[in-house]
Amino acid sequence: MEMSFEESLTELEGIVDKLEKGQLSLDESLMLFEKGIKLVRGCDTKLKSAQQKVEQLIEENGHIKEEPFEVKG
Amino acid sequence: MGFESKGIYTVHEFTLAVKNVLTRGHFNDMWIRGEISNFTNHGSGHRYFTLKDKNSQLHCVMFKWYGKNLKFELEHGMKVIVFGDLDVYEQKGVYQLKVRDVRPDGIGELYKAYEQLKNKLAMEGLFSPDHKKALPRFPKKIGVATSPTGAVLHDILTVLGRRYPVNILFIPTVVQGDNAGQSIVRSIDALNKTDVDLIILGRGGGSIEDLWAFNEETVARAIFNSRIPIISAVGHETDFTISDFVADIRAPTPSAAAEIAVPDRLELINHITRLGHRLIENQRRFVSESMSYLSDLEDGVAPHLFIERLTQYIQFIDELTRRQTMSIGRLMEVKQALLNAHAGKLDAVSPLGILSRGYSITLKTPGKTPVQSIGDVEKSDEVSIIVSDGKIRCNVYGKEECKWK
Repeated sequence: MEMSFEESLTELEGIVDKLEKGQLSLDESLMLFEKGIKLVRGCDTKLKSAQQKVEQLIEENGHIKEEPFEVKG
Repeated sequence: MGFESKGIYTVHEFTLAVKNVLTRGHFNDMWIRGEISNFTNHGSGHRYFTLKDKNSQLHCVMFKWYGKNLKFELEHGMKVIVFGDLDVYEQKGVYQLKVRDVRPDGIGELYKAYEQLKNKLAMEGLFSPDHKKALPRFPKKIGVATSPTGAVLHDILTVLGRRYPVNILFIPTVVQGDNAGQSIVRSIDALNKTDVDLIILGRGGGSIEDLWAFNEETVARAIFNSRIPIISAVGHETDFTISDFVADIRAPTPSAAAEIAVPDRLELINHITRLGHRLIENQRRFVSESMSYLSDLEDGVAPHLFIERLTQYIQFIDELTRRQTMSIGRLMEVKQALLNAHAGKLDAVSPLGILSRGYSITLKTPGKTPVQSIGDVEKSDEVSIIVSDGKIRCNVYGKEECKWK
């Protein structure tokens, strides 16, 4: 499953901290760096592609359902 | 005295005679102060109650065509001033006041009701910080319960859209009048059956009567029982309702609620850019440490390539720093360019980039420790050589020491 923005950002923050503390082996460092860069890209894309979608919750015969909502003005 | 002198009335005749006296006009347009008791809101829409004080009681009826203008619902024990005309209900032979208006008594009846409920709920712990739910850091879907008309919905959508576009589930809610409390409770319950991870409960400013639904006990309990965190944004900055105290966060206005609900996208992009910088900074140090190690080797590798790469990289960092002072208007654009550039450059200076230029990294398997010295392996040990497009698994065939320096 795709990571949420929050999970991605939390992991990225963790990676930066870990790398800055150092004491990592070569391949750990490599792996984390690669992953960090992917996360920076991923977070950035997510933020820039986010769009507002508005739906309306209505009750019909005791059932609730969601349908598109036309924003006026 | 015999009954012949005045004749004999039927009950009805007598009642009509009394009614005739009482309804001549002496008791029209009366203002009467008292406390409501025995209140029933009849299915017909008429309201019946007794107005009483310490010593007396007065039957009252408020027909529905007058009741529809009430700004608040009548309750047992409420101190009020009623306005109306005296009438006689013939079938029961009782006099009663036909009420045309009811007002809270004096300065403080509504405030008193408010204070009473506030104290009661506070005692029960409904306002306790222990029960406040944490707001999600990045909500994915926000439920908005407010009126479909008016500026509140528009304000919330505008601020959310500007700061951080997110999915919104709007539920039209009555926020004023007799049905408001019930409608708010229904909206909160309905949103709790959906996948929203935050609720904004909002209403614009108004008088204490207008905001009254947000001081009702059922509303307070619905907010308290909500599984999903709720931001209450009722009225203006100076209006405090019971809902505000029970909610997980109180926002001074609906627009402010939207600001509290989501982070600012620009700030986040800056934050991520800074994290990118730290990654680069760290990797630069890593690279320069590796480089000083490599430069100790005289042959076999070509450290000048590496130094050149690093020099370019440092120049690039300087350039980025200069460009940061550009106008705010282009900030977004620049940040995006920076980030893209970072990502590209990082690939170039990362150790994976080095691999693509023909270098390799040897790891001892098991353990995956890098092989930096002939002392790290023994003959017939298994090693794995990482090159640009994969791994080569090998066994150590032999080793010999060379003095590069």
